[in-house]
Amino acid sequence: MSGPNTSFDPKQVSALGAESVDAVVAEALTAIAGATNLTELKDVRLAHAGDRSPLALANREIGALPPAAKADAGKRMGIARGQIKDALDAREADLQALRDAQVLNEETVDVTLPVDRSPMGGRHPLTTLMERICDVFIAMGYDVAEGPEVEADWVNFDALNVPPDHPARTMQDTFYVESPDSGVVLRTQTSPIQIRAMLDRDVPIYVVAPGRVFRTDELDATHTPVFHQVEGLAVDEGLTMADLKGTLDHFAQEMFGAGIRTRLRPSYFPFTEPSAEIDLQCFVCRGESIGNSDKPCRTCGSEGWIEWGGCGMVNPRVLTAVGIDSSRYRGFAFGMGIERTLMFRNGVTDMRDMVEGDVRFTRAFGLES
Amino acid sequence: MRAPVSWLREFVAIPADQDGRAIAEKLINAGLEVETVETLGAGVIGPLVVGHVVSIKELTEFKKPIRWCQVDVGTEHGGVRGVICGARNFAQGDLVVVALPGTELPGGFKIAQRETYGKLSDGMICSARELGLGDDHDGIMILGPGNTIGADAKPIVGVGEEILDIAVTPDRGYALSIRGLARELAIAYGVDFVDPGLELADLPAPSGSSAPVSCGSNDEQACGLFTLRTITGFNPSAQSPAWMQQRLVACGMRPVSLAVDVTNYVMLELGQPLHAFDVNKLQGSVRAGHVADGTVLETLDHVKRKLSSDDLVILDDRGPIGLAGTMGGFATEIDEQTTAIALEAAHFDDGFVARMARRHKLSSEASRRFERGVDRVLAPYASARAAALLLEFGGGDYVGMTAVEAPYVATHIELRASEPGDIAGMLIDQATVVDLLEAVGCDVEADADLLNVAVPSWRSDINDPANLVEEVIRLIGFDSVPSRLPTAAVGHGLTLSQRLRRRVGMALAARGGVEVLNYPFVGDSEFDALRVAPSDVRRSSIRLANPMNDEQPYFRASLLPGLISAAKRNISRGNEDLFIFELGSVVRSGLGKAVARPSVAHKPTVDEWTGLNAMLPTQSTSVAAVLVGQQSLQTWSDASRSFDWADAIEIAKVIAHTTGAELEVSRGSDDSFHPGRCAQLTINATAVGIAGELHPRVIEACGLPARTCAIELNFDALVSHSVSSRPAPAVSGQPVAKEDIALIVSDEVDTAAVTEAIIEGAGELLESVRLFDIYRGQQVPTGARSLAFALRFRAPDRTLEATEIAAARLCAIDLVVSRYGATLRGA
Repeated sequence: MSGPNTSFDPKQVSALGAESVDAVVAEALTAIAGATNLTELKDVRLAHAGDRSPLALANREIGALPPAAKADAGKRMGIARGQIKDALDAREADLQALRDAQVLNEETVDVTLPVDRSPMGGRHPLTTLMERICDVFIAMGYDVAEGPEVEADWVNFDALNVPPDHPARTMQDTFYVESPDSGVVLRTQTSPIQIRAMLDRDVPIYVVAPGRVFRTDELDATHTPVFHQVEGLAVDEGLTMADLKGTLDHFAQEMFGAGIRTRLRPSYFPFTEPSAEIDLQCFVCRGESIGNSDKPCRTCGSEGWIEWGGCGMVNPRVLTAVGIDSSRYRGFAFGMGIERTLMFRNGVTDMRDMVEGDVRFTRAFGLES
Repeated sequence: MRAPVSWLREFVAIPADQDGRAIAEKLINAGLEVETVETLGAGVIGPLVVGHVVSIKELTEFKKPIRWCQVDVGTEHGGVRGVICGARNFAQGDLVVVALPGTELPGGFKIAQRETYGKLSDGMICSARELGLGDDHDGIMILGPGNTIGADAKPIVGVGEEILDIAVTPDRGYALSIRGLARELAIAYGVDFVDPGLELADLPAPSGSSAPVSCGSNDEQACGLFTLRTITGFNPSAQSPAWMQQRLVACGMRPVSLAVDVTNYVMLELGQPLHAFDVNKLQGSVRAGHVADGTVLETLDHVKRKLSSDDLVILDDRGPIGLAGTMGGFATEIDEQTTAIALEAAHFDDGFVARMARRHKLSSEASRRFERGVDRVLAPYASARAAALLLEFGGGDYVGMTAVEAPYVATHIELRASEPGDIAGMLIDQATVVDLLEAVGCDVEADADLLNVAVPSWRSDINDPANLVEEVIRLIGFDSVPSRLPTAAVGHGLTLSQRLRRRVGMALAARGGVEVLNYPFVGDSEFDALRVAPSDVRRSSIRLANPMNDEQPYFRASLLPGLISAAKRNISRGNEDLFIFELGSVVRSGLGKAVARPSVAHKPTVDEWTGLNAMLPTQSTSVAAVLVGQQSLQTWSDASRSFDWADAIEIAKVIAHTTGAELEVSRGSDDSFHPGRCAQLTINATAVGIAGELHPRVIEACGLPARTCAIELNFDALVSHSVSSRPAPAVSGQPVAKEDIALIVSDEVDTAAVTEAIIEGAGELLESVRLFDIYRGQQVPTGARSLAFALRFRAPDRTLEATEIAAARLCAIDLVVSRYGATLRGA
């Protein structure tokens, strides 16, 4: 076909008439509705919307119409084809849903079947708790400091203001390497890391120091010769006990919830002066169990406070031993036992569970304690 | 230190409404850790009265002797009552403690009239144990003659007495006395305190009947004050009064004899250890000094001790008669015949006593006090108090005192008055500072805001301004200190090593590993079980002088012994399939050269610090794992699979990959591992670890299941090979071409070598090569196997032509063929 038809025969193009178009559409819609599956619908689509369908054939004749009739016929054809296409699509969606419902139903499995080919792993809760504590301090600008477990007794004791014959040495039952006079011990505390931090770094110093420590205690439900501590040290101009208290309060809140406070009780550590014991407000009862026999608290023994660790202002003698000018700088330090913290925080009742490596204990914590 | 509340109240006017718990609270706030508050005879309820034993009739018809006593308990309690008693340590006329019917004794034991041994017993005559007052006394309590019949016996025997048990920290020697605790309470309650340690007890003038025993000090540094009071004509059978015995028992000491009891009583009361010698066993003067190494002294506990020339001893003309401030000698001890007493009260240097107590592994009530510092000037006061008590209860002549004393100058410290407030972070005015220091016992002179503080003689712990600051802040109360968050300097985050330790822990746990934290102690039997050769460096790791367990004296050089123990423990508990791992420290050398202790008066020099560190063994971090049993369990869909050597190597590669290091795997050998299933792991030709199946003999010796596998890697080496900032790869969007090849290669040739040849031969178009199958059988000669590889080719900039791919493939094959005599399968 080329160029408009100037001598058309109305009979030849009766298919473009409104009546016949309506009839074709009606026939198509009936066929679409009658298709019962996707295969049938595919045939219907071919018959009523394919290249050889009545409307497709009729459409070809539009070019032959006089210009005045073209627009009218074109519009009619567009509406009709749109109707059929919509009906086809709708029917296809229906039939597809029907097919899916049937086939996918047949493919249904029991998703509650166990999928336990390999058992889950877990990290030791002491490790993850130490990481958690370090993260609190990293967020405050502290660095994580470390030191050796086999340590010079000068670092573990002397530099921390515990001279050789001081009774404080017998407060901590020390493992000696080779002989008591070798000068080498298994560190009894994480505090020697303070000495290393102060010798290795420039002031101001803000470090948190987790680590494993050793004392000659027999293993029982509440003691172990090998345990973990975390220590904090800040050395800067103008630090005060108020800064120490604020740091401990913030730490307690990060670990145990908003509003939890700490309380300091005077105590003695050779490397701090003043020295204090740190009590943590009970994060379970928040003190409501004190004198309230109806609501006893197992976490704090209805005391309202939990003994958590020790702290104080760095003794100027310690600063002197590491060459920091104590007339210009002051420091504070604090430390606590990780095992003890895990015991009251997570309700571990026997120290041995943390030591024996039973996989059932550690798996229960997963990757976060 | 156990402190009865009634004794404290003797020296300080504690408000009457304050009970033991309230007093304990005050002491805790002052830094004295009260561990318990115990009430003596806490379970005694009801009438407990003083009874007079009127008569005793012995009943002999029973299995044991029984007494039928008539006891007068006073008219208001019904007069004379009949009481059955099994104890025999009392006599007619004694005053005893009677629990009347209706009384309840500790343990809920109710006293009632009851028929026993054919009599109607109308009460009970009590022992201290029955009243919960002490447990080393089976006999009946006999009261002093001054007590009134029928009186309430509870206060007399101490029922209801509250005892504070205080854990005194090593700096507070003065608090190991009622005197020291009373001072703290006086400050806490804001009441006056009259120091009993500064009041000289009234003693009669020396009788002049004989000369007092003379004394001296041969070492004024170690003994700056020595006093000796002599009493003669003392009654050796005199008993210490009941109240004194009760207090000693309440404080945890056993009453012995009047002389011993008095020295203990005064030590508890004032804090001055005392020692009594039998004058008739002494020869010449008594003095403090030293003896030659190896001199032997038999101490009171019947131990013959070899003395050191550094020991501070008490001597007479014959030789040593005591370890100064620690324990007396057996030869001069007072006994039941002693009528002449020489009472020693002296001041001994804390360091000498501490060293001596440590050297002889001998800790006594006296040495504990001297180590922590005894009041430098207290001796003559305490000995006067003790002499007065001895004369009061044991009679005799006071012969007089001899003494030597080196000049004593109080410690003076200059303190800026603003310093306590500056350190606390709050305002503390000068008047408060002065008041508190004076309450502690200091003499304070102010020159504007500079305080010149004279430290009291009983506070040898106060030497620095910081010690004074602590006194001020602790007495104000730590609760008053505000809470403020400082601004820390800018931090750097985790170090590479710290970061990678976390990542490796996570990676292993995510693959099913369970972290364990084992003790680092190992012994020879564990090395033997691991077939570690006698010359192996792991055997020469450091040894503890005082291990927990003599079988495990070494600090570990490998994590495997600990993991194997943990595996065995798990298996014994039914946890049979295990992937356990540990990241922990090991030593890699013995001790270095010992060095002198640097001074703490200044920063150690570079040489000193280097020397201290060189003395320590090389220490590093290892990561290790043990694989036991099944890697995956049998399920409804899959068969089970056991852990094998390949899992071990894969886990090693996971660890290395996590740290960003690339491991090379080659055949390895280690005595602990299966000789044919052990991989050496290297990075850039440096050995960093081992992985594979444990040696069957090791598995057997360790009692592990067959085919147990293990891995151990030097974590620090992995970290040092980690690339901290790696270049990004060029990821090509061009299409991939896949080719498979199967090569028949002799068993002698490792797969890794073949793979390397393929990579080399195929050239840069090869993107990856992966072994996907191994075949043995038909068409493959014995002693060889067919290795099937999947090759992927890709160019960065174009679609590859078929000819290019074919050429690269052929080059790969040719190189394996020419290098290893391989044949292409199916060619």
